[in-house]
Parts: sequence; C-alpha cells; structure tokens
Amino acid sequence: MKPDDRPKSTPLALVILFWLYVATPLTWGIWSTLKKAMALFN
Amino acid sequence: MSGFFSKQRIIASRGYNRWMVPPAALSVHLCIGQAYAFSVFNDPLTKVIGITEPAPDDWKLTTLGWTFSLAIVFLGLSAAFGGKWLEKVGPRLTMLVAACCFGGGFWISALGIHLHQIWLIYVGYGIIGGIGLGLGYVSPVSTLIKWFPDRRGMATGMAIMGFGGGAMIGAPLAVLLMDHFKSATSVGVLETFLVMGSLYFVSMLIGALTIRIPPNGWKPEGWTPPIIENKMITKSHVHIDRALLTPQFYLLWLVLCLNVTAGIGVLGQASVMIQEMFKGAVTPAAAAGFVGLLSLFNMGGRFFWSSASDFLGRKNTYIIFFALGAVLYASVPTMGRLGNIGLFILLYAVIMSMYGGGFATIPAYLADIFGTRYVGGIHGRLLTAWSTAGVAGPVLVNYIREFQIEQGVAKAEAYNVTMYIMAGILAAGFLCNMLIRPVHEKHHMRHDEFDELDGVFPHQAASDAH
Repeated sequence: MKPDDRPKSTPLALVILFWLYVATPLTWGIWSTLKKAMALFN
Repeated sequence: MSGFFSKQRIIASRGYNRWMVPPAALSVHLCIGQAYAFSVFNDPLTKVIGITEPAPDDWKLTTLGWTFSLAIVFLGLSAAFGGKWLEKVGPRLTMLVAACCFGGGFWISALGIHLHQIWLIYVGYGIIGGIGLGLGYVSPVSTLIKWFPDRRGMATGMAIMGFGGGAMIGAPLAVLLMDHFKSATSVGVLETFLVMGSLYFVSMLIGALTIRIPPNGWKPEGWTPPIIENKMITKSHVHIDRALLTPQFYLLWLVLCLNVTAGIGVLGQASVMIQEMFKGAVTPAAAAGFVGLLSLFNMGGRFFWSSASDFLGRKNTYIIFFALGAVLYASVPTMGRLGNIGLFILLYAVIMSMYGGGFATIPAYLADIFGTRYVGGIHGRLLTAWSTAGVAGPVLVNYIREFQIEQGVAKAEAYNVTMYIMAGILAAGFLCNMLIRPVHEKHHMRHDEFDELDGVFPHQAASDAH
C-alpha cells in the first residue's frame, strides 16, 4: 500500500476536543447540583 | 439533503475512532434530558401577564402540568413508532429530525407565550418536543451497541447517563437565562425558550453530523467474540416485528415497567417524604439538596450499573436491582422509625442508582436477547413501558398515601405501606426477570432472509466484514 492510500485515522486531538465539548457542560451541571445537595449536610 | 443525511453516507471509513460516537450520542442526550427540568419554568409561566404575581388571566399550574405529561407520552409513542424508521434511515437523519422537533418545540412554545395561547405550548413542547425526545433518545443506541460489541452496557450507559445529566444542565441554565432576561415587562421565559431551543438545536445537529455507523460485520481491532458460549447472548438476529411475538419482549417490558414504576413513584415524593419522616430535622432547602443528591446517584447509576452488567451479565444485574431493591425499599420504614437519617439517605441513594441503572442496562439486555440488528427499534417499542410507569408510579404512590391519611394514619407513617407495596412490585419484577430465557430459534432471522431495512441479506452483511 502506498503511503497516500493509507486510511486516514481520526486525529486524537479531535476526539479529546469532542469529549471536552460534552464533558464541560456536564461537569458544570454536576457542580451546580452538588452545591444544592450540600444544603443537606449543613 | 436526504443523500447527505442518508445511512449510506455515514458508514465510517477505516481509521475512524469509535470513541467519537459516545460524545456524539451525548450531544443529543444531554439536550433532551432537559425535559426532566421543565418544572423550573412552572412558576414563571404562571406570571406571564402579572409578572410579579399571577394575574386572573395567567395560566394555572394544573394547566401547565399537561405540557410535561404530553411530552412523556409522545416520547414513548415516537420511540415506539419511529424505531423501525430509525433502523431504515440511520441515526443521522433521525437525530436531525429530533433536533428540529426538540429545538422547534421550544420556538413554538415561545410563540405560545408571546400570543398567550396554551395550546401552542402543548403542541410545541408537549407534542413536537416530545417527538424530538423519543427519536433523540433511541437514535444513537443501536449505533453504540454496534461500535462497542465488547462493552455494550458501558456504551449505552454513557449515552443514557447523558439523559440524566441533561436535567442537571437544563435547570441551572434555565434559571441563569431567566434571571438575565427578566425585566419589568417580562418574566424572561420567552427569551429563554428561544435561546435554549437554538442551543439545543445546534448541539443535537453536531451530534447528527459527527455520528458514524460501522461497516457491516465490523469488530474492534484485536477483539474476538468470547469462545465460551453464553446462552443469554445470541449471535442471531430477531426481526423487529417478530420480536413482538416473543414472550421475552413482554417480560422485558414488564422488567423495565416495574423497575421504573417503583423508582419514579418514590422519586417524585422524595422531598416531602424526608421532611415528613424526619420532622424538624430536615428543612425545605435540605430536602431540595436531598433531591439533587438523588439525581446525581440516578445519573451515576446509569453508567455504573450498565458498565458492571458487561461483567455480571444482564440477567444477574437485574436480579441485583430487584432483590436488593426490594430489601432496601422494605427497610425504609425501619430507618424512619430509628431516626437514622444518614442510613435513610444511603438507602435512597442506592435505590436511585438502581433506578437509573435499569434504564441504561435495558438496551444491552435487548441486544443480548434479540441480536444487534434491530435493537434500536425494539428498544423504542419497549420504551412504552417507561410512559406507562411514568403515569402509574406517581399515581400509585399518591393514591396509597392519600388512602392511608384518610384512614387516620399519621403523615410520617403513611409512606410505610407505599414502600412495602413498591418492594412487592420489585418482587414481581424479579419473577419476570427469572422467566427470561433465550429466544426460540424459530424467531431468528434465516440466513437467506432479506433485510428490508438494510437492503441486504444477512450472509452479505457478514461477508462485508473486515
């Protein structure tokens, strides 16, 4: 197989960036809920 | 347009990283999970005209309550009726339609607020948004199972965990936006609906554009299916319509319905229950914190239990849900009597983790029993169990509680019978789960049977593998 014919693999940076895109709002949501939940222990 | 969104256009090329698929699924599930945070709009929506206080012409809470109920009913209906279409057109087009419906539902509801027409909110968020919920919920499930044959439970657990997390994002986001847009002439809900509809549309569109399906017969590099035969994991496929003729479908329907009925019934009452059982010790703010804590366990349980099911086996995981669940539900009254609030919270946390786990593990259970080919559509049809439980659970808990109080039982004690009945419901679920056996061979698709949804014969699909 010629080098140019090799299948292009998904760049790892893109995978990490995509995960960050979903993880950031989720972390914010978890943090907001945790802050609310702390009232139970005060 | 239809070509770009067609199933053929999203077959992954070699080198595609399968770890792009879970965030694509999460892009959708984190949006549609907002549905469980719809109640944050209830109070401001009762003051659209009066702004500071409800005016005589403002909507009542009971009127607004129908919006969420309609959304959940249409979630079940669209998942049930749209599942077969999803298998035919693939996840990208389904996600696009889900994005248009869910985002569009917010925009139509914003128009409903502007014109002060409640039917526009029912049609917008309730019906059209509900269709978006159902299609969005089932759209990535079969794709994830096909990309992760080695970790089916974990893969679907990640997406369905996102549905639990969606409410955690949706609630503070809505509060933030309403505070920003609030003015002397507006409660800020109209503008919030427009912004949230747009954000959700774009996010779901990103999911639709990035999702890929594996080529037929694809398997992870270096992975070989286990040599030891597990009778509870079929290598065959059952056609989506044929699945309805098997007792396994109805047993799994009951398994999901009973698990959800027990969980949803007490989840809705959790705040009142902890305040009445520990009178004076728990403030309303602490009770709200308790509900927040439960939603965290509900979300975490979705990922934890579905991932654990890859090792424990699906049937064993549900045995734990039902057996341990029944014991924990039955222990709640004792914890209340002992006044041990710490143990009470712990019991509830484990119960809620198993409630979430039940949702997240069911797609992998279906794939084990019916094969992976039509699992998205079969899962869609099974979600009618969720809609049923969504109505039955709260009604059952409220009815039993009211009946107890009418009979002169103290409020703090009124939950005891409820908890014993819920334990009984879980015992029935245990029996249904124990009755589940592999599907009879006569229901399996034949090797030469034409697959109308994929347009291929099973033996062709196998030969495409690489």
